[in-house]
Amino acid sequence: MVKITFIQPDGAEQVVEAEPGVTLMESAKLNDVPGIDAECGGACACATCHVYVDDAWREKTGTPSQMEEDMLDFAFDVRESSRLSCQIKLTPDLDGLVVRVPAKQF
Amino acid sequence: MSLDGNVVEPTGPIETDAVIIGAGPVGLFAVFELGLLDVKAHVVDILDKPGGQCAELYPEKPIYDIPALPSVSGQELVDRLMQQIQPFGPTFHFGERVDVLERLADERFRLKTDAGTEFIAKVVVIAAGGGSFTPKRPPLEGIEAFEGSSVLYSVRRMEALRDKAVLIVGGGDSALDWTLNLQPIAKSLTLLHRRDDFRAAPHSVSKMRELVETGDVRLMIGQVSALQGSGDKLEGAIIKTKDGEERIDVDVMLPFFGLTMKLGPVANWGLALHENLIPVDTEKFETSEKGIFAVGDINTYPGKLKLILSGFHEVALMAQQAARYVYPGKKMMFQYTTSSSSLQKKLGVS
Repeated sequence: MVKITFIQPDGAEQVVEAEPGVTLMESAKLNDVPGIDAECGGACACATCHVYVDDAWREKTGTPSQMEEDMLDFAFDVRESSRLSCQIKLTPDLDGLVVRVPAKQF
Repeated sequence: MSLDGNVVEPTGPIETDAVIIGAGPVGLFAVFELGLLDVKAHVVDILDKPGGQCAELYPEKPIYDIPALPSVSGQELVDRLMQQIQPFGPTFHFGERVDVLERLADERFRLKTDAGTEFIAKVVVIAAGGGSFTPKRPPLEGIEAFEGSSVLYSVRRMEALRDKAVLIVGGGDSALDWTLNLQPIAKSLTLLHRRDDFRAAPHSVSKMRELVETGDVRLMIGQVSALQGSGDKLEGAIIKTKDGEERIDVDVMLPFFGLTMKLGPVANWGLALHENLIPVDTEKFETSEKGIFAVGDINTYPGKLKLILSGFHEVALMAQQAARYVYPGKKMMFQYTTSSSSLQKKLGVS
């Protein structure tokens, strides 16, 4: 199992466990993590599953594809650490991943 | 409003058997199932094209769970459905949102769109999916006060922006098109995007760059962090860039962040709702109101799955009951398209 910590804007932490192979967005939805709306259901078509990847993990999660960058244009308060959680596939080497949920999705 | 921006004067209500609200895949297939039973339909959709989410959110993404189509793109599915329902000659009303739905004394329904189109229908089929597509509102504090006067999500009258300090936010075709259209008449025009990379047509991007070169357009790379103004009048915006924060004068802001889905006027039609979904039975897919049906993603019932294929099943059963309302007393005979000459005639294949 892969352990992920979601940090809410108010600092509240939620640790969830996910099967390798599912996406970060799916792990959030399966565990009712607030603030991950995922309106389009994971098609990289809505930007409502926006998260900030903790700096220590940015290298391992990689950089957004061109399509994801385009879709991030539709997110609010985009930063260098911004990713769409539906585009991060969980692998065993992401065990311990820490991400922050933005204060607002659109 | 028609697509070319002219106000279409309605010539009185359109009388029809059925009005289908929503031209997504399920609304389109409802035309087919109703058509086989001689129920004529008008279809209303807020988008300017058929297909709903398939066309707006994922036209190029393959769908793998449509029976007999191992892989089909959203747009191709829509194109094929349009072809399939063509024999039934539905009338489409694109770019309109049904705002009013009420029952008349004679049990029929009166519907009215935001463009003023009126219908009198015997049955209504709500196939509105996730609700109506509406422009995304940037979650900036106090933005609601400026909406409609100083924050605009679409431009109905360009002249209203003459000699104004205009801020356009976004990096797609809408943002670029309006930058090019409004620059000649605006007092000043600032285009703000989060990165120096644009999704818009390359031709528009290079024209915009030329205007930036000549100093006619100011391009800022960053994001709006706050709005300033009084009453409904915007006066300025705080822009966060990588170099820090800067305040710029703004009379009108045009944010282009795409569309999101909101339940919209459906909530005002007196239907029983459950968590923004419309409960229906699983025999007729009828709502709490006789003669009003709900199909596809917008309905809920025990075991509901938001799948296109479930919506297709729902409209087939819905149509049986709808036809009973449209043709009361008529004996219903179940027929197959493979063998019924009367159905084949309707389909134009015999």
